[in-house]
Amino acid sequence: MNNTRTRALLALAGCLTAAALVASGCGSSSSGGSSAPGVTKTTVLIGSHQPLTGPAAPGYSEIAPAAKAFFEYVNAQGGVNGRKINLIYKDDGYNPTKTVDVVKQLVLQNKVFAIWGGLGTPTHTKVVDFLNSSRVPDLFVSSGCPCWDDGAKHPYTFGWQPNYTIEGKILGQYIKQNFAGKKVGVFYQDDDFGQGGLAGLKEQLGSQIVAAKPYQPTVTNVAPQITAIQKSGAEVLVDFSIPAFTALERLTSFKLGYKPQLVVSNVGIDPTTVGGLLKSFSKGKADTALIEGAITDAYLPSPTDTSNQWIQLFQKIHDKYDAKAPFDGNVEYGMASAYTFAQALKNAGKDPTRQGLVDAVEKGGFTGPGLVPFRYSKDEHGGFGGGQIATIKNGKIVVQGQPMTTDPGTGPITASNMKPAQPGDNGVVKP
Amino acid sequence: MSMGTETPAQPSAVETAGPPVGPRRGGLPSWLRLPDQTLLRNLLLAVFFGVILWILSENFDSFTNLRLATVAYYFTALAGLTVLTGLNGQISLGHGALMAVGAYSTAILVGRTGFPLGAALAAATAITALTGVAVGAAASRLRGPYLAGATLAFAIGLPGLADRYPKAFGGENGLSVAPPTPPASLGLDFPLERWEAWIACLCALLVFVVLANLLRSRVGRAFRAVRDDEVAAQLAGLNVARTQVLAFVVSAACAGLAGGALVVVTQLAAPGAFQLALSLALLTGIVLGGLGSLTGALWGAIALVYLPQWSDDLAHSFSLSNDVQSNLPLALYGIVLMVVIVAAPQGIQGALRGLARIAHAALRKKPATEEEA
Amino acid sequence: MTRFIDLTLNGISNGAIYAAVALAFVLIWRATRIVNFAAGGMLMITTFVASSVISSSGSYWLGFFVALAMGFVLGGVVERLIIRRVEGGPPLNSVIVTIGLLILLQAIAGMIWSATPRSFPPAFSIRGYHVGSHTYLFGPFDVFTVLAVLGVAAALFLLFRFTDLGLKMRAAAFEPVVARLQGVRVGNMFTLGWALASLAGSLAGLLIGPQVFVGPNNFDAVAIFGFAAAVLGGLDSPIGALVGGLILGLALSYVSGYAGASLVTLAALAILVAVLMVRPSGIFSSAKARRI
Repeated sequence: MNNTRTRALLALAGCLTAAALVASGCGSSSSGGSSAPGVTKTTVLIGSHQPLTGPAAPGYSEIAPAAKAFFEYVNAQGGVNGRKINLIYKDDGYNPTKTVDVVKQLVLQNKVFAIWGGLGTPTHTKVVDFLNSSRVPDLFVSSGCPCWDDGAKHPYTFGWQPNYTIEGKILGQYIKQNFAGKKVGVFYQDDDFGQGGLAGLKEQLGSQIVAAKPYQPTVTNVAPQITAIQKSGAEVLVDFSIPAFTALERLTSFKLGYKPQLVVSNVGIDPTTVGGLLKSFSKGKADTALIEGAITDAYLPSPTDTSNQWIQLFQKIHDKYDAKAPFDGNVEYGMASAYTFAQALKNAGKDPTRQGLVDAVEKGGFTGPGLVPFRYSKDEHGGFGGGQIATIKNGKIVVQGQPMTTDPGTGPITASNMKPAQPGDNGVVKP
Repeated sequence: MSMGTETPAQPSAVETAGPPVGPRRGGLPSWLRLPDQTLLRNLLLAVFFGVILWILSENFDSFTNLRLATVAYYFTALAGLTVLTGLNGQISLGHGALMAVGAYSTAILVGRTGFPLGAALAAATAITALTGVAVGAAASRLRGPYLAGATLAFAIGLPGLADRYPKAFGGENGLSVAPPTPPASLGLDFPLERWEAWIACLCALLVFVVLANLLRSRVGRAFRAVRDDEVAAQLAGLNVARTQVLAFVVSAACAGLAGGALVVVTQLAAPGAFQLALSLALLTGIVLGGLGSLTGALWGAIALVYLPQWSDDLAHSFSLSNDVQSNLPLALYGIVLMVVIVAAPQGIQGALRGLARIAHAALRKKPATEEEA
Repeated sequence: MTRFIDLTLNGISNGAIYAAVALAFVLIWRATRIVNFAAGGMLMITTFVASSVISSSGSYWLGFFVALAMGFVLGGVVERLIIRRVEGGPPLNSVIVTIGLLILLQAIAGMIWSATPRSFPPAFSIRGYHVGSHTYLFGPFDVFTVLAVLGVAAALFLLFRFTDLGLKMRAAAFEPVVARLQGVRVGNMFTLGWALASLAGSLAGLLIGPQVFVGPNNFDAVAIFGFAAAVLGGLDSPIGALVGGLILGLALSYVSGYAGASLVTLAALAILVAVLMVRPSGIFSSAKARRI
């Protein structure tokens, strides 16, 4: 073993390591003051983590590009308070460790003003503590976990979509009123999403639920669960599933000749997505034949409702800035959430600070395409507070009745009389 | 520190104490040369590296310190794996799961039972080593693709425990721990990321010293002997099964410590971080860096951290459609893997060694009158 | 009782698909002593191609046979261009190369077809057979699945046992030096082995496409279970591939049905380890040589 060679290689190793690491370290940029990093006279820089690749990418990877398209539209009209919104989103592949890495990169290296729409519960829960201790506004997490609704512990974090327990309660109440006495089976994802929904359903339905079978997103064979639910005699089947598993449940039920009344969470019912997956099995009938008549809930207008002014606006933006993506629920979600962010930024005033942005959200009063009001206040950081029951008619989501709101606990479900807003309100966009 | 597999150990260089006698090596005066006793040499090297790392961490910004910490814990895992696969010839597709064992142990001990961090890391290493005994014992009966298949099943099956026992392991969300607070003696303003980097680098240096010694020791020779010819090794008196298990335990302990360091750096232990992709990444890391070599493990760690970053930046520098842009880093990664194996099967370290040999030969203009040991 | 029958039939149907993938692994192992980690990626690409052909031409069977043909060609091309360079080298090198190929294939699929999964049609109706008062979890498409896999396995058996070409392939695999001396073009036999393996894999992709949907990552699970089945049965044995696939399919179905979906991956682990402890080279491994 040659000592000289050893030392030479060591020195080489050390120098190369140092060079590589220093070289990458020199790439950081800086901007803004300490209370408003990411804000310049003409721009606001925000960041997000999204599953652009990997198993969660289908559907969800459309959300951030749609939001970016919306911001580009707003920027083309002069921006918000004279500043253009610049959204950077990084791929975390739905892997929480990577989420930690990219979010720290966004905050420490890119020095973003705020985080918008971080997607996923197992991913975002990993960065919530970091963002709050670093006092970075963590707005409108793309997940319905009740965990964002904690103004005391996480003052900088806010949800946006209705949380799963609220949704479960609203669907449960509808089943209780319209299918009294009928046995109910639940097919749910074995994580916060499905378990949250099941908790809401149980709060309303209690022992009416005769079978509750969870599935793992990694195991596509759901026949064991569906056969068990069928065997229990359930005449109503509630799916708290993502679109792929709603489709799988439909196919399995079709195979078994099992025809319960279907109730599906808004997460898993987008007719474009589910219909697309069922296309090859419909044999001449509509793609969405297997979900026709399903009951769901909605908190945004249906993407197929071309008479709605918001949909017209989003369609226009989509065709100009995001035309490659299908115009479906995911795209609408991204744009609607971006709209709320633009509103919050506007309300934060001419010289926005991080604390100012948070205060603006807590003050609430946002209106937009939503069918129900938001639950934003000093204590409530929840997002949409309810939904409106809807049915799939001719492959489209058609709302019925009244929008309902409630809380994630044991509070009552009450009708909401919020008046729908128009795109021109609030001065965020000029449609 | 070329941990070449071809160089037979020379008893005189290792066993004798005091300054080496015999043919003079070229170049450096005796006080500048590293001692020949393995342990002393490795400790000095560790101190040397430690100083370099300390200087680097003082000058890096927060994010680069995080990167340094990540490279450090990857090195910890890769070093163990390269000993197992390079030195002992066992291919394991399950080291991601072993990192998970270390990570969850640390998270539970620190988060739930309030262990101090050092003790938790030591305990996590021990727990993972014990797991290594079990897995290694099962693995010692298997060879080649069957070993790969069994460790693959281990890598896939183990994270399922988190979903099966969500109360204990936190389910898909995993377990969070509070960030490790730097001791007050370092000052109130001491950046958290630098402290995390120090902890991770300490783990890496510890593993370096232990493995560098092991490589030159009897145990290391036993590993190589079993890899090269099992029958001959058995005839020579080695207990093959015990050697295989020992190699597994050593690499498992390193993986466990790496998992603990991962928890320190990311403050979480979640199943999503320990999927099959991690085990495959570790495997590609040791081969890219240079199999069987500790320096190779270092290159592999750097590659694992920076290659995705660079290809991501490269992809964003062109204006491409969304689909192409998000998949380009992966495509580049796949291409790099294939090209490196075909063009440089000894990995980065092998390529460097080749360059060093060429340079060394070019520098020595006159024919060698002295022996090159 | 009907639940048990349902789970059994479900297990047989899935098991056939795992067996087809296992056959792909076994064929490649027998020919070139390599584990093809890119198998899942290759069959994913051919299924995507089938999906595109079916959408544009409207004919299922055209897409079906195009996929099989493409699988055959893809396997040969991959062996000739990429694998040839790592054949005979250290096993870890081929592992890394095939992993790299898998990653590349998934990235390419994402670029061409995007991550949104597509619907894939079944060859026949998936509606279960209705006997008496019960609709069983087994329909025309499941019958086709089992028959197709058995058919391919039988064709391969006939090829290897009773034809000249099969003999040459076996000779090239087990005694390449002697085979070369006898005038067998060993390299071509390797290429052919990969081509046939990839064909078997393509069939598996076409059969499982309807129930996993076609996306860059959607075939990972079937590839992993197929590999586990191959290891279970013994990588040297095509019969082992069939039996291993069947055992794994049945076991996973029963575990999911009686114990819960979250135990499925753990069950696969337990079964594989249990079998390998008793038979370290798989169920149908040939007798081991020298034990000192």
